[in-house]
Amino acid sequence: MGGKTDGNTQAVDVYLDSTLESVDSAEELVLKVARKAGFPDEELHKISMAVRETVVNAVVHGNRYSAHKKVHVSASLDQDRLLVTVADEGSGFDPDSLPDPLAEENLLHQSGRGLLLIRAFVDEFQVRKLHPTGAEVRLVKRLTHAL
Amino acid sequence: MSIQVTNRQVGDVTVVDVAGRITLGEGASTLRENIRELVAKGNKKILLNLSDVSYIDSSGIGELVSAYTTVTNQGGTLKLLGLTKRVKDLLQITKLYTVFEVFESEPIAVRSFG
Repeated sequence: MGGKTDGNTQAVDVYLDSTLESVDSAEELVLKVARKAGFPDEELHKISMAVRETVVNAVVHGNRYSAHKKVHVSASLDQDRLLVTVADEGSGFDPDSLPDPLAEENLLHQSGRGLLLIRAFVDEFQVRKLHPTGAEVRLVKRLTHAL
Repeated sequence: MSIQVTNRQVGDVTVVDVAGRITLGEGASTLRENIRELVAKGNKKILLNLSDVSYIDSSGIGELVSAYTTVTNQGGTLKLLGLTKRVKDLLQITKLYTVFEVFESEPIAVRSFG
């Protein structure tokens, strides 16, 4: 793991390997920042879920577990909101082109619910393509909504 | 804690007590293998007790769906018992409440298999 965390854990900025262990690391680092901000337990759980799902997507679908690619995770507090970004080095994706997991014909599919859960647990969710390669997911959780 | 899966027999119903986290990796695969073994042995009535499940992610939800289809495709029935609020919320968000039969009482759940 490379990168930095500040002394008061009000911000983290790390580059993680493309492994499932990185999912735990990312969750732990972001939760430190979120706890510092005063999010209640149930909201911390939602943040944890959203971060885990986002980093799983980056490791599994973005970087495809490549040892040569990193997942860049940052989290910071900006007034009343927690901002988290997760960037991979994959080929990018369009969230609107994915099958709707709530459609009757997809309900019994084993996978495809990650983005649905992320959107349910944060206040803002955005994806942008990085150049020359990669995707960055930006999550925002507002403290005022959580209290 | 990762995941612990324990099977016990109540009449002709196999109750699978699951504890810990059902997440991508070991948690999800342990549950999957257990269900496949039960089905291979001919167990057709399976009650998945999730009351001690502390955390479940989208892969874990996928494993619940996979368990359901595995059992159903072999002519069996799989039902859920003891959902925590967090797991209930996940089933609501994913609309899987419309798929699974869910119980809060084990005796009532066992009797429901007939």
